[in-house]
Amino acid sequence: MSLAEFLNMGGYAVYVWTSYGIAAVVLIANLVIPMQKHRLVVARLRRRFRQEQNPQ
Amino acid sequence: MFGNFFHKMASPPWFYRISGKLIPWVGAICALLLLYGLYGALVLAPADYQQGDSFRIIYIHVPAAWMSLFIYVLMAVCGVITLVWRMKMAEVVLITSAPIGAAFTFLALVTGSLWGKPMWGTWWVWDGRLTSELILLFLYLGVIALHNAIEDRQTAAKAVAILAIVGVVNVPIIHYSVEWWSTLHQGPTITKLDKPSIHIDMLIPLLVMALAFKLYYVVAMLMRARVELLERERNSKWAKEMLGEL
Amino acid sequence: MSIASAFLALLRRDLVIAFRRRSEMVNPLLFFVLVTSLFPLGVGSQPKLLALMAPGVVWVAALLAALLSLDTIFRSDFEDGTLEQLLLSAQPVSVLVIAKVLAHWLITGLPLLLMAPLLGTFLGLPSQAIGTLVLSLLFGTPALSLIGAIGVALTVGLRKGGVILSLLVLPLYVPILIFGAGAVGNAAMGIDATAQMYIMAAFLIFSLTLSPVATAAALRVSLS
Repeated sequence: MSLAEFLNMGGYAVYVWTSYGIAAVVLIANLVIPMQKHRLVVARLRRRFRQEQNPQ
Repeated sequence: MFGNFFHKMASPPWFYRISGKLIPWVGAICALLLLYGLYGALVLAPADYQQGDSFRIIYIHVPAAWMSLFIYVLMAVCGVITLVWRMKMAEVVLITSAPIGAAFTFLALVTGSLWGKPMWGTWWVWDGRLTSELILLFLYLGVIALHNAIEDRQTAAKAVAILAIVGVVNVPIIHYSVEWWSTLHQGPTITKLDKPSIHIDMLIPLLVMALAFKLYYVVAMLMRARVELLERERNSKWAKEMLGEL
Repeated sequence: MSIASAFLALLRRDLVIAFRRRSEMVNPLLFFVLVTSLFPLGVGSQPKLLALMAPGVVWVAALLAALLSLDTIFRSDFEDGTLEQLLLSAQPVSVLVIAKVLAHWLITGLPLLLMAPLLGTFLGLPSQAIGTLVLSLLFGTPALSLIGAIGVALTVGLRKGGVILSLLVLPLYVPILIFGAGAVGNAAMGIDATAQMYIMAAFLIFSLTLSPVATAAALRVSLS
């Protein structure tokens, strides 16, 4: 099967690739969002911790 | 010995440390399974004689639907543990699983819709399974909304625990009611998987994808749980030490 | 105070309080009539179409009217502190919950039942189905009140609880709607509807046994 045939998915390319594409977006987003949150929370808590240690 | 495991599980710093170590390993296995599953789904599995290549959507649609149900049941189990044994970690697993479950439900609905369009010509079909899945999405959104609306974290977790338990009791009732309703009105149904004779070459990628999604859920949930734990325990000694180390 | 006398005392109190504000009792009923009237305006007045839709329309309208009135079960008691007192009393909370829900149903659900035949007829529901309509609502509306009470108990402490309440409660209402409207639909076509009525009765018994427990637990959480 050639690459062109593979991408065409027997004429159903739009449906198949959109489905897999949305799945990829959803799955990647649910990994990226917690990663970003983790970074933000750590930074925020560190800042607060430092402020508590040096109250000025 | 089992009791010791639960005792450890109930300890946030232990959970935080262990999950940090587990995530890369589980993630790696998940990625391998996904690659193999996708290869099986898109290349190895023979095209269906009726639906052509569009049937490949089931390799996303069905595992996503299975996960949407699995996660809700898991949430309800955590709900019971929260209310009966007051385990903090059960609360954390419950509320961090909700958005992931909702995401899978959404994915099942979207892929179901995209699968239905070439088959029946309409973007939405009010068949038993899709309609049940839609109601499940509302149940998930209700859990998330209720949790966000209550300010106190402990109260929010307990309220959501009750909601999850009430919801899970209703899920089979809703499912069978909607199934009965859809057969009444003679709509087309996605019955491909009702047929007992599913070709083994078609089945294996499905099971691989289902397993991959389960491992993905573990990774995604653990990642969210770590953030939730840090926020909840920000005033505790272990958190301050851990932040100092990081 | 024995459980039975506490139950009756609470029931009587809620009914008396509601009767003092008789004008408010009309609201769910008015909503029921209004919503039902909107459908012909929205879909056109062809008699055949309306008759076909009548079971579903009357049922959805009754469901929405029940949903609208749910807030009153616990709201005023929450605001003046009576709810806290009820939770502290020696009586099992689930019994007190049943009393409050019963009062709520008598005030808001029962009138719907009495109005339904009129509305069904207006939409062209055949007379053979009217009896089934009333019976299905007789089994259904108490179940709606019981299940709705869980949602109200979970959201009673929230300021904008009403918005979330619909999201929490409507998915749980779906099976009752399906079988209630289904029963009436069958009766309208002259087909036997006893299976659906048995299922409706089962829903009522199921919610009568389990909802008060969940509601009591939810109240304790909300007031903690």
